[in-house]
Amino acid sequence: MSAAPVDLPRWADTALVPLVSVAAALLVAGLVVVGIGESPLEATALLLRGSLGSAEGIGFTLYYTTNFIFTGLAVAVAYHAGLFNIGGEGQATIAGLCAALACTVLGALPGFLAAPLAILAAAAGGALYGFIPGWLQARRGSHVVITTIMLNFVAATLIVYLLREVMGKAGSMQPETPDFPASAVLLPMHKLLAPLGLKLPATPLNSAFLLALAALAAVWLLIWRTRLGYAIRTVGANPHAAAYAGISPARITMVAMAISGALAGGLAVNEALGVQHRLVLDFTAGYGFVGIAVALMGRAHPVGVGLAALLFGILYQGGAELSFDKPAITRDMVVVIGGVLILFAGALDGLFRRAVAVLLRVGRRTG
Amino acid sequence: MTAAGGAPAIELAGISKRFGTVAANKDVSLAAAAGSIHGLVGENGAGKSTLMSILYGFYEADSGDIRIKGSPVRIRSSSDAIAAGIGMVHQHFMLVETLSVVENVVLGAEDGPFLKAGLAKARAELAQLSTEYGLSIDPEARVGDLSVGLQQRVEILKALYRGAQILILDEPTAVLTPPEADQLFVLLRALRDQGKTVILITHKLREIMDVTDKVSVMRRGEMVAHLVTAETSPAALAEAMVGRRVLLRVEKEPRQRGAPVLEAAGLSCRDARGAEVLRDVGLTLHAGEIVGIAGVAGNGQSELLEVLAGLIQPSRGVIRLGGEILSAAERHPAALRRRGLMHIPEDRHRSGLVTAFSAAENAILGYQDDPAYGAGPLLSPRRIAAQARQAFTAYDVRPPDPALKTAKFSGGNQQKIVLAREIERQPKVLLVGQPTRGVDIGAIEFIHRRLIALRDAGVAILLVSVELEEVMALSDRILAMCGGRITGERAAQATDERELGLLMAGVTDEAA
Repeated sequence: MSAAPVDLPRWADTALVPLVSVAAALLVAGLVVVGIGESPLEATALLLRGSLGSAEGIGFTLYYTTNFIFTGLAVAVAYHAGLFNIGGEGQATIAGLCAALACTVLGALPGFLAAPLAILAAAAGGALYGFIPGWLQARRGSHVVITTIMLNFVAATLIVYLLREVMGKAGSMQPETPDFPASAVLLPMHKLLAPLGLKLPATPLNSAFLLALAALAAVWLLIWRTRLGYAIRTVGANPHAAAYAGISPARITMVAMAISGALAGGLAVNEALGVQHRLVLDFTAGYGFVGIAVALMGRAHPVGVGLAALLFGILYQGGAELSFDKPAITRDMVVVIGGVLILFAGALDGLFRRAVAVLLRVGRRTG
Repeated sequence: MTAAGGAPAIELAGISKRFGTVAANKDVSLAAAAGSIHGLVGENGAGKSTLMSILYGFYEADSGDIRIKGSPVRIRSSSDAIAAGIGMVHQHFMLVETLSVVENVVLGAEDGPFLKAGLAKARAELAQLSTEYGLSIDPEARVGDLSVGLQQRVEILKALYRGAQILILDEPTAVLTPPEADQLFVLLRALRDQGKTVILITHKLREIMDVTDKVSVMRRGEMVAHLVTAETSPAALAEAMVGRRVLLRVEKEPRQRGAPVLEAAGLSCRDARGAEVLRDVGLTLHAGEIVGIAGVAGNGQSELLEVLAGLIQPSRGVIRLGGEILSAAERHPAALRRRGLMHIPEDRHRSGLVTAFSAAENAILGYQDDPAYGAGPLLSPRRIAAQARQAFTAYDVRPPDPALKTAKFSGGNQQKIVLAREIERQPKVLLVGQPTRGVDIGAIEFIHRRLIALRDAGVAILLVSVELEEVMALSDRILAMCGGRITGERAAQATDERELGLLMAGVTDEAA
């Protein structure tokens, strides 16, 4: 007989426990900073000033946030179906390749057509690459964790080959495609908002951010307000009950993985169509993996995913500034802080649930 | 409550245990004398299991004492319990099927890193125990090859081998045929006569009356009565368990049955391992009748229900619904529901409910594609909640709160949520599995009355239950199953437990 699961009120489960986890992670990260002889308070101040202290900082922070929203949602939707999608990197890679392929034929179209079609191509590519492990799981019983990891390697190899041998820019030593046609790329935010009289510094933040916010709302609607979302949650929570209810767990597995893959494709939209305007090698840069932590920390709920993505956006941007100002705190240090955060928010989540439950109970008894 | 010879073999005094805000045990006391069989009865959730878990070291009580032969002991783990001479036979056996009887018996008591000496010692002791209690069991047999009744004996032997003086049995007859249960009671009496203490947890009042010396009744975490079995009656026990008078009999009028609605012929089915779990099963279900399936758990009843409900596909056979042969595509839960075949599954936690969902969301499980619940691909939480609130009021689901998480409802109320969902949509055929498993007596009465009312309204009902009494009380006709086969059919009024017990044990009409 195992220990009974800890039962917490909803607000504590969705807000308090993640906050305690983040606080604990920051405490440990602070100790590491002390360990290398720097002041953690000063480091925190620098980190926050770098990420939120200026319009430019905020622009960069939100640009990173965009990536994390997409990759976080890619994990979250599959998670509701009881699937652990580790394949965000690979799905985004294939999405980027599809977008790049689309851009080679979309150049002639006007912008209001070309850009949406390029985005759709990215989503379709991601969806296809998510569908494959979904199909393998549903029809062949191959575990989705294993297949998504392996498909990440396949995608990483495929993009090297394609950029070097097939799609690469002629005469370039870089493994990258030629620039996308101007009609197919997304507007940067500072240009988008300029007609409204807002003067923003030039940052990588682009209209993909708005797409990410729309994706958050759409996923909420899908999961909690549609018949498909009901089916996804039923399969995730109790596959036997799903079969009893006439829902095919195999079909839902494939559909949920395809939706997840399409969401991972948003990473390619932001990076390739939004910022670099061409496809470069390794544009996914590990964002797909961080998405796992984002989804776990955000409890696979769109609001939570949005907040966790913002937190990681702050860490990435603030961390970059921090390592610039404090050479002792290298970029690797920031990775360590991120890792500690993932460890506490994801893997050690249960560590604080029990303590929080005990504290709440004590509070109720005395209060 | 002390035995004539001094302190009781085991005494629990003032045991309290809380889980969060729920008091599972409130100041519970219990004493059982050496050389006695002590019954413990109570509805589901009355706190019997918690009390026994405390005694066996799974939980530690918040307060209270445990005394063995008068001296206090502290039991913090099952090894403490074993050291104190307490043995437990769980409802679900803790046996390794691929090992032999003797290997299972020494498991966890091997006496050192090498098996040979321990096994030899166990063999000698098993032989002695077998003669002492008249157990005929081959120590070298593979446990997986033994019948359920014999596996249970292995569990008892395990406890005795570890020196148990006090034996706790949790619902031991749930998996046994009536003859096997009788054999178990012979064994329990032999144990008592050897001076052991037996604590028998059950909800079958007949067993209490048959075999126990004293009986304690729990209700809502409290001990409400300690009675001498010879001086009480099933009606008095039921009243003590529920706290009010209950009808133990189901009242039902004879009815003229209608036309055949559901017919099955030559159904066979294999499980995942390829074993044949249904063999050439045929049955006909008429409108306005309840057909009960009597059988010991695991003899094909579950598979029969699942095949008829479209959850698993038969390897052979034909199913007719309303006279039409169902194609493979039509044998699908959603398609069958549309044609009026509803299904209350045997295990509501495994398949009837998603306990993590709100009650309202469970009230539409299986009907999530019904256009009444929203436009197009959308579901309207408002409409779902309104429908659920209405159904919960009609079926007396407590609390009638559609937003509450389903796991927070009691077993009886969870079952009513399932019942309301399937019955409210006016089935033509209703497949019912274990309608009252884990349900309190009050809710059992309610569920039984609903099923009778449905039958009177012309619904064809197939009832599968491991409670033979329930099958006999509700059914018009009874089919007995054994080893995946139907071994006989009887009219409910014209049979008795003895005859059904033989059929359930595989003694077919031809052989009898």
